[in-house]
Amino acid sequence: MTDNMIVTRSVTKRYGTVLAVDAVSMTVREGDRYGFLGPNGSGKTTLVRMLLGLVFPTGGELEVLGHPVPKEVRQALPFIGALVEGPAAIPHLSGRTNLSMIDAAGPSGRRDRKDRIEEALTRVGLGGIDRRPVRSYSLGMRQRLGLAAALLRRPRLLILDEPTNGLDPRGIKEIRDLLLELNQSGTTIFMSSHLLSEVDELCDRVGIVDRGRLVLEDDLATLRAPTGRVVVDTPDPAAAVAMLDGQVEMREGTRLVVRAPDPAALNERLVRGGVQVREIGPERRTLEQVVFDVTGHGSDRVDDIQPVVYDISDGVTR
Amino acid sequence: MIAVELRKLVLRPRMWVSVALLCGLPFVVAIFLATTHITPPPGQGAAFLSAVERNGSLYPAAALALVLPIFLPIAVASFAGDTVAGEAAHGTLRYLLIRPVARSKLLLAKLICIAVFVVVSIAFIVVTAYLTGVGLFGIGQAAAVGQPGGVTSLSGTALTPFDLAMRLLAAIGYIVLSMIGVGVIALFFSTVTVSGIGAALGTLAILITSEILATLDAANPVKPYLPTNYWLSWIDFFRAPVFWHNIERGIFSQVCYVIVFFGAAWANMASKDITS
Repeated sequence: MTDNMIVTRSVTKRYGTVLAVDAVSMTVREGDRYGFLGPNGSGKTTLVRMLLGLVFPTGGELEVLGHPVPKEVRQALPFIGALVEGPAAIPHLSGRTNLSMIDAAGPSGRRDRKDRIEEALTRVGLGGIDRRPVRSYSLGMRQRLGLAAALLRRPRLLILDEPTNGLDPRGIKEIRDLLLELNQSGTTIFMSSHLLSEVDELCDRVGIVDRGRLVLEDDLATLRAPTGRVVVDTPDPAAAVAMLDGQVEMREGTRLVVRAPDPAALNERLVRGGVQVREIGPERRTLEQVVFDVTGHGSDRVDDIQPVVYDISDGVTR
Repeated sequence: MIAVELRKLVLRPRMWVSVALLCGLPFVVAIFLATTHITPPPGQGAAFLSAVERNGSLYPAAALALVLPIFLPIAVASFAGDTVAGEAAHGTLRYLLIRPVARSKLLLAKLICIAVFVVVSIAFIVVTAYLTGVGLFGIGQAAAVGQPGGVTSLSGTALTPFDLAMRLLAAIGYIVLSMIGVGVIALFFSTVTVSGIGAALGTLAILITSEILATLDAANPVKPYLPTNYWLSWIDFFRAPVFWHNIERGIFSQVCYVIVFFGAAWANMASKDITS
C-alpha cells in the first residue's frame, strides 16, 4: 500500500470576496509523477503555498507526508524540496555560499554539508561554478541553482513550479532526465508547468484546476487512451470515403478521422479495397485538448470572451 | 539559524559602509576642530565638544552625541527595516521558511542581528573616536586642571581615567538599548511591508514626530511615553553623582518599546500569509 504524499480535503482559500481555491480535494501518492495544470490565476500557486505552510487555508484540510498542515508542517518540510514561483538567492553572494546558507538554516547536519552541496550542484549541471555572485548568473543558471537548493537533502517529495523555466531545449531534457531518475529512486514529483509537452513526457498523473476548483484528476494514460477513432492519411481520400461511407466523421484534405476500433483492421480493409494508406494510427486526445476542454481563460486575459468549457464530472468523453 | 543570519550580516557590504559612514562624521568634525581650534562654547553644540580640546579621550562621548540625534537612528532604522522586508523583496523569505525555519525563530534571529549591528556600529564609533581624539587633541594636561587624570565631570568634579571609562561604558550600554528600541520598531514595520526603505521611513516618521512633540509644551502629558524622550539621558552618567532619575525612566521606556513592538512583529508574522 503506497503512502499518500499529499492529501487535501475540500481545502479552500478566500481572500476577502475572492475565492482563490475552492474546495479542492486531491491526492498525490508516493512515487507519482503528478502534473498540476491550469490557467494563470486558477489557484495553483496558492495551493502550493498552502501545502508548504506559507499561506493558511480558510477551510478544509491539508496533509503532507502524513502531517496536518499548517499545524505540523515543520515536521514534513525537512523531507520536501521545493521551487515556488521561481528561484531566489542572495544576489551578492556566490552560488555555493547561497546553498551553504540555505542548508545551514534548516535542521541538516553540517558534517556532510559540503558533499551534499557538491552533489546537488553536479546533478543540476553546475558542478563547475566559481565564486562569482549570483547576480551575474543567467536565467538558466539561476533556475538550476534553485533546483540544486531543492535537491540538497535528497527529498522524498519534490514540489516544483515551472522547473524548466529559462532553460534551452537541451537543458529541459537534462532536467527531465534528472527528474525521471530521481523518481526511479523513490522521489515523488509534484510539478506545475505550462509546458504541456513536458508534462506529457514526464508525468503519469495530472490534476487540472480552473478558477479555484479541481476540475479533473486522472492518470495520463486514461486521459490519452484511444478515443475509438482512427486517423488515416491517404492519397485517395475520395475513394476511402466512398468505401467507408458513414464511418468517416471528419475529413481534412487527405486526412480522415474514421470511427473504427482497430487501426490494423481498417488498414487491411482499405488496402484490400484498393485504397493506399500513407499513415494510420489510433486517435488520442492531446493533453492540450484535455486542458482546453475543461478550463477557461487565465486571469491575464481581461475581456468578456469566454471559451466553451466542458464539465466532465459525468465521465462522458468528448 | 542565528549563526547563518550573523554570517549574512558580516558578508553584507552595506553594513560595513554604514559603519564607515557613522565613524566618518565624528572624524570630519574632529579634523575641523583640530585645525581651527574653534570649539563651541560650553552648552552650545553637541555635548562634550567644548571639553574635547582639553582632553581627546573624551571624544568618544562627543562622537556619540554627534551621531545620536540623526545619523545613528537612520542607520539602525535602515538596517532593521531591511531585515525581513529585504528577504521578502528578494524572494528568499519563502525559501527560509520552508527549510524549515520557524517564523518566531527567524524574527528572533533578525532581532539579534539588529542588536549586533548596533553594538558593532557603536563599538567602531567609540574606538575610532578615541583614536582620533587622542591622536588630534592629546590626553590633556594634568597640571592645568590641578588634579591627576585631568578630566572633569559635568558637575565640575575630577574624573579618573577608570571612572571615565566606566561611565562611558554605561553610557554606551544605554545608547545601545535606545537604538535597539529603534531597531525593533523598524523590525515590526519590516514584517508589514516588502520594502526595506518603507519600513525605515515608517520608523523615522515615528521618531521625528516624537522629537517634534518633545519640543511642545502642549504634548507634556505624553512626553514620558515618547520613544526619543530619554535618548540623551546618557549624559547624566557623566554627572557626579550620577543622576539616575531619567536614566531609569529611559531604560524602562526602551524595554517597553522592545516588548511591545517585538510582540507586534511576532503576532503579525505568526498569522500572516507569506505571498512574497
